[in-house]
Amino acid sequence: MMLNINDLQARVEEKAILKGINLQINPGEVHAIMGPNGSGKSSLASVLAGRESYEVTGGSVTFDGKDLLDMSPEVRAREGLFLAFQYPVEIPGVSNMQFLKAAVTEHRAHKGLPPFTPKEFLAFVKEKQQLVQFDSQLMNRSLNEGFSGGEKKRNEILQLAMLEPKLSILDETDSGLDIDALRIVSEGVNKLRSKDNAFLIITHYQRLLDYIVPDFVHVLYNGRIVRSGTRELALELEEKGYDWLKEEMHLQEPVQ
Amino acid sequence: MATENEIIQQLADKAYEFGFETTIDMEVAPPGLDEDIIRFISAKKEEPEWLLEWRLKAYRAFTKMKMPDWQHFKMPEIDFQQLSYYAAPKNQAKYNSLDEVDPELLRTFEKLGIPLDEQKALSGVAVDAVFDSVSVATTFRKELAEKGVIFCSFGEAVKEHPELVKQYLGSVVPHSDNIFAALNAAVFSDGSFVYIPKGVRCPMELSTYFRINARNTGQFERTLIVADEGAYVSYLEGCTAPMRDENQLHAAVVEIVALENAEVKYSTVQNWYPGDKEGKGGIYNFVTKRGICKGAKAKISWTQVETGSAITWKYPSVILAGDNSVGEFYSVAVTSNLQQADTGTKMFHIGKNTRSHIISKGISAGRSQNVYRGLVTVGPKATHARNFTQCDSLLIGDRCGAHTFPYIESKNPTAMIEHEATTSKIGEDQVFYLNARGIDTEQAVALIVNGYAKEVLNQLPMEFAVEAQKLLSITLEGSVG
Ligand SMILES: Nc1ncnc2c1ncn2[C@@H]1O[C@H](COP(=O)(O)OP(=O)(O)O)[C@@H](O)[C@H]1O
Ligand SMILES: [Mg+2]
Repeated sequence: MMLNINDLQARVEEKAILKGINLQINPGEVHAIMGPNGSGKSSLASVLAGRESYEVTGGSVTFDGKDLLDMSPEVRAREGLFLAFQYPVEIPGVSNMQFLKAAVTEHRAHKGLPPFTPKEFLAFVKEKQQLVQFDSQLMNRSLNEGFSGGEKKRNEILQLAMLEPKLSILDETDSGLDIDALRIVSEGVNKLRSKDNAFLIITHYQRLLDYIVPDFVHVLYNGRIVRSGTRELALELEEKGYDWLKEEMHLQEPVQ
Repeated sequence: MATENEIIQQLADKAYEFGFETTIDMEVAPPGLDEDIIRFISAKKEEPEWLLEWRLKAYRAFTKMKMPDWQHFKMPEIDFQQLSYYAAPKNQAKYNSLDEVDPELLRTFEKLGIPLDEQKALSGVAVDAVFDSVSVATTFRKELAEKGVIFCSFGEAVKEHPELVKQYLGSVVPHSDNIFAALNAAVFSDGSFVYIPKGVRCPMELSTYFRINARNTGQFERTLIVADEGAYVSYLEGCTAPMRDENQLHAAVVEIVALENAEVKYSTVQNWYPGDKEGKGGIYNFVTKRGICKGAKAKISWTQVETGSAITWKYPSVILAGDNSVGEFYSVAVTSNLQQADTGTKMFHIGKNTRSHIISKGISAGRSQNVYRGLVTVGPKATHARNFTQCDSLLIGDRCGAHTFPYIESKNPTAMIEHEATTSKIGEDQVFYLNARGIDTEQAVALIVNGYAKEVLNQLPMEFAVEAQKLLSITLEGSVG
């Protein structure tokens, strides 16, 4: 098993957000997480990536058999966990190229590999750039600064391609993409899929799942996974929305 | 938040890598400041009478002056009588070639990354190395002389080009300009002199490297740069000092004269010992730097990367006398631990169509205080003068301070003066984003800070931009948990 989340609970600013998440992901699998706004999807991604503002209050997570929660965010990344951010940040004055070089160098060092020579690096960038059809003009611009929403998301996928993670978490990578961009991004992801890596795709819409076909679909609501199923579950949600789910949950769990 | 405390803690633990001491026989004057010591210095340097008189005039002005009280830090008590005003490596009559220089001195500069052996030196950069009060060696003099460029220690200039020194010394920073400038004029020991003749573009970067080594001494160097009509020169100054528990005073003066169509680019990478994390020791850096664009279309640019010193008090300025002359000031000032920087610039618009451009990037960490202080004046005759000022502050942690005091005095209604200011905290989101790509926090902060300062770093000559970037990273090492 690659990722084993067991009864994970977390809070932010004294507010409980994750209330007991259980999820297992094996190599080669694609899991989708859906759910209404505010249900905790990004929070789950943040906790897995190690954002400090979240305090884990219970449960455990192992990643390739190691205690994930014990690692610093940078070590999680180097160990092969990748988060494509819902809202990628801008860093003025740091070129995209410089940033990628630093990230790739760290990943290689972690594996005991020497840094790429400038020539090797350029060739590597070029290959990955083509894979996700990333505009090479953006390479020398400041990281994400003034990028359109779609360009930022594509930049996330370029980073994914370059860092070659074991587990990729995509947090609403589809939002803000037009249909062409969505197709390009999905094709990129599909090309990167292998029997050794896994994806956790957070999305609001089942649209993306037409392109990246998941093995499993989970519904997150109010900090818990309330439903798990296959692709059909996504279609059902698309059709019925989330309201029925909310009602059902409130019946089970009386409102305080 | 825990992170920030860790940040601050780690920042406090940073080390100063140039803090070693050179053991060498020195001739050091006993502590004390009076006319006798000034006569002693002047005699040691075999100076002409007029220069001694000028020193004495400055000393008399100094004795009547008070310490400034407007700066944004508590002025330390400095007992001028406790300092020694002359220190020089012994046995040094005059070095005619590097072979005569004490190998220990050469090793010191080599250790600092400033090889004085021309074979090993950075190509395209001529260096004047000043150890305590004395210039040790100036490289590439022959090559420069072929173009008529004079680049030598101040002492040599007094002997070999007295008419030039006499004409320009004190013409930009008068002997009684302020208490520290007056002290410098009275006791200055050495420094660099540059003269670029008419129409000559100096074929290489000129650079002076200052090293304080002796204990209980102040360093009072003086630099005079004259660019004749249509001349161009780029000049760089660097400095370090050993780690010591007591504070040491550095009171330098730099004067720049740019005649018609001349351009002078002056860059500083200031890395004096900043003191330890409790604020013990460190250099008191009280420096007066001023240039005058004397002729039309002259241009003077100051670029400074200030990372060291316990206290920095300096305002490199430009007097824009010539019509259409240009003054620029680009600054990155980093303070950490208990460092205090009160720095900025003054632009005096006197001629018509004069322009000035100011970019200041302050970075404060730890419990440091970082002040930008700027003055832009526009005189009645300076029609269509223009100034643009951008003044950014970046905070790391929440125990440091950033302050900006931009003053504007305009006596001409056609002047256009623009001022922009921002203050930001280093974003936890930015750091986390980089962390999530495998980049540790230390390197993340270095990347963010260098990105923030890029506009200024880009102004530095290439060879030094890389050094400056490293220096910024080292200074902020461990600044974010
Ligand atoms: N920094 C924070 N401080 C307080 N509440 C937060 C913070 N971040 C997220 N939340 C809250 O956590 C809940 C889950 O948010 P999020 O994980 O972003 O949901 P989703 O991604 O499913 O839309 C929301 O109620 C949100 O307001
Ligand atoms: Mg979200």
